[in-house]
Amino acid sequence: MSNITKQSLSELVENIKNKKLSSSEATKAFVERSEKSKELNAYITEDYTNALNKAKKFDEKPNLDLKLPGIPMAVKDLFCTKDIRTTAGSKILNNFVPTYESTVTQNIWNEGAILMGKLNCDEFAMGSSNETSFFGNVQNPIDKNLVPGGSSGGSSSAVAAQLTPITIGTDTGGSIRQPASFTGTVGLKPTYGSCSRYGIVAFASSLDQAGPMAQNVKDCALLQEVISSYDEKDSTSIDFKRNEYSKELTKDIKGKKIGIPREYRVDGMPKEIEDLWKKGIDYVKDCGAEIIDISLPHTKYALPTYYIVAPAEASSNLARYDGVKYGFRAEGENLIDMYEKTRSEGFGTEVQRRIMIGTYVLSSGYYDAYYLKAQKVRKLIKNDFDEAYKKVDAILTPSTPSSAFKIGEKTNDPVSMYLNDIFTVPVNLAGLPAISIPAGHDSKGYPLGLQIIGKAFDEQNILNIAYAMEEKINFKNNITDWWIK
Amino acid sequence: MSIDLKTIKHISKLSRISVDEKKAEKLAGDLNSIFDFIEKLNELKTENVEPLTSVAETTLKLRADEVKSKNLREQVIKNSPKENEDYFVVPKVIE
Repeated sequence: MSNITKQSLSELVENIKNKKLSSSEATKAFVERSEKSKELNAYITEDYTNALNKAKKFDEKPNLDLKLPGIPMAVKDLFCTKDIRTTAGSKILNNFVPTYESTVTQNIWNEGAILMGKLNCDEFAMGSSNETSFFGNVQNPIDKNLVPGGSSGGSSSAVAAQLTPITIGTDTGGSIRQPASFTGTVGLKPTYGSCSRYGIVAFASSLDQAGPMAQNVKDCALLQEVISSYDEKDSTSIDFKRNEYSKELTKDIKGKKIGIPREYRVDGMPKEIEDLWKKGIDYVKDCGAEIIDISLPHTKYALPTYYIVAPAEASSNLARYDGVKYGFRAEGENLIDMYEKTRSEGFGTEVQRRIMIGTYVLSSGYYDAYYLKAQKVRKLIKNDFDEAYKKVDAILTPSTPSSAFKIGEKTNDPVSMYLNDIFTVPVNLAGLPAISIPAGHDSKGYPLGLQIIGKAFDEQNILNIAYAMEEKINFKNNITDWWIK
Repeated sequence: MSIDLKTIKHISKLSRISVDEKKAEKLAGDLNSIFDFIEKLNELKTENVEPLTSVAETTLKLRADEVKSKNLREQVIKNSPKENEDYFVVPKVIE
């Protein structure tokens, strides 16, 4: 079989099930393409030899009833993988080899998939361009000088470049949806509590959520049904009835009410994004859905709220990196000196910046003014969505305020980097599911995404809307394999 | 508002991250621009708003108080930068 890496996940699964393709053939094809694609810097750790052995073993006794039979897959390096180095893109975890497996990746291996390697990401998932990674920036396969988005930038680059048929990322403020939008791929951030956080390197625990990143909506639905599970090892995991999202996927969205929030028409938004949004509205209308104007009045407060809540939780979560129990240690004159040098040398600039913000907003005398205030505004933001969902079934917005920007363009201005997440952050603050789908190109030929936000636990509905829109949009990614020598 | 170098030194101590003068100045600039942006929240009146502590509207489940993970000593110590038999080793803390 030729052109194996051009196949979608669903096609690969079907071909393996019909015995037209073996796991070894598939794995070999993706490993070879990954090896030829080092210039993208999508991988931090490769595990190709093990992957090929596992594929061979799978083929000797194939279980074709599984959902991901012998499918090779690389995952974001924020998921702990037993006996495989897990770095979170940080120097401080450069030599960390977990002795246990994250629940989400375990769910994937239980359905027959095979780990190929660990994908690059912003350090501790803090970034919107993959430029904060200790292991260097990742290139967007769309164009050599473009960032792939972040923090799941290795993941978005690898899926768009077809180094892996599908992958998983994590999304704390947009880290799945923004890179998906920048690379012309599909990314789903599930409802908070849908996918277990056990074994995911923690950033901001009340916001973090794992989710699929795929070439199309159907593949995304299939992986979501595999990774979503109740897990008693995560105290915020929620026990609800999960759909078989891929089986129940339908393009029939007639009569669905889609909200258009006026506050997402932000100042300075490029006309191309505005036009794309209008086109999106036409597509859902064509599918028989009804458009309703809504208001989410506290939208402009979402980013300031996020930049208190997320760093506060991060400063607490990252206190564990002290050079004692695991990870990097710098020598010091005494214990305190050792802690301070370890953290100063082990963390990168952005991570240190966020730990300092978080420490400050939680410190004595400032807690009420910042952290408590932010939690109250977070409530108002969630109330906005609750109110809107009395009138609509889902909300349609752009995914990002611009297309992918150039490497180095925003690294010296943290606030302008943070503004990338203006449309994605409110969703995390409210704990809702949202999907980004590629919806068009700008004048430079770079992909642009649209976001569909759903009610809590209503992943099926937003997947259906995305599925219906995907057919109308008929998006084609312009990727020329320029990096392959 | 303005975060001065003294405050940066204080936060760096609380954060257990050492900073030299040059780094402190850079951080002060960055943090000031970030807090200028955060101050926007002060436009909102929130006296009567309940803080949101969790989006998951669920109560913690109870479970039996039983040991499920056993004999993890080797695993726990495995990634330590410095250990001696079953102990983590740190610089001397008593004279």
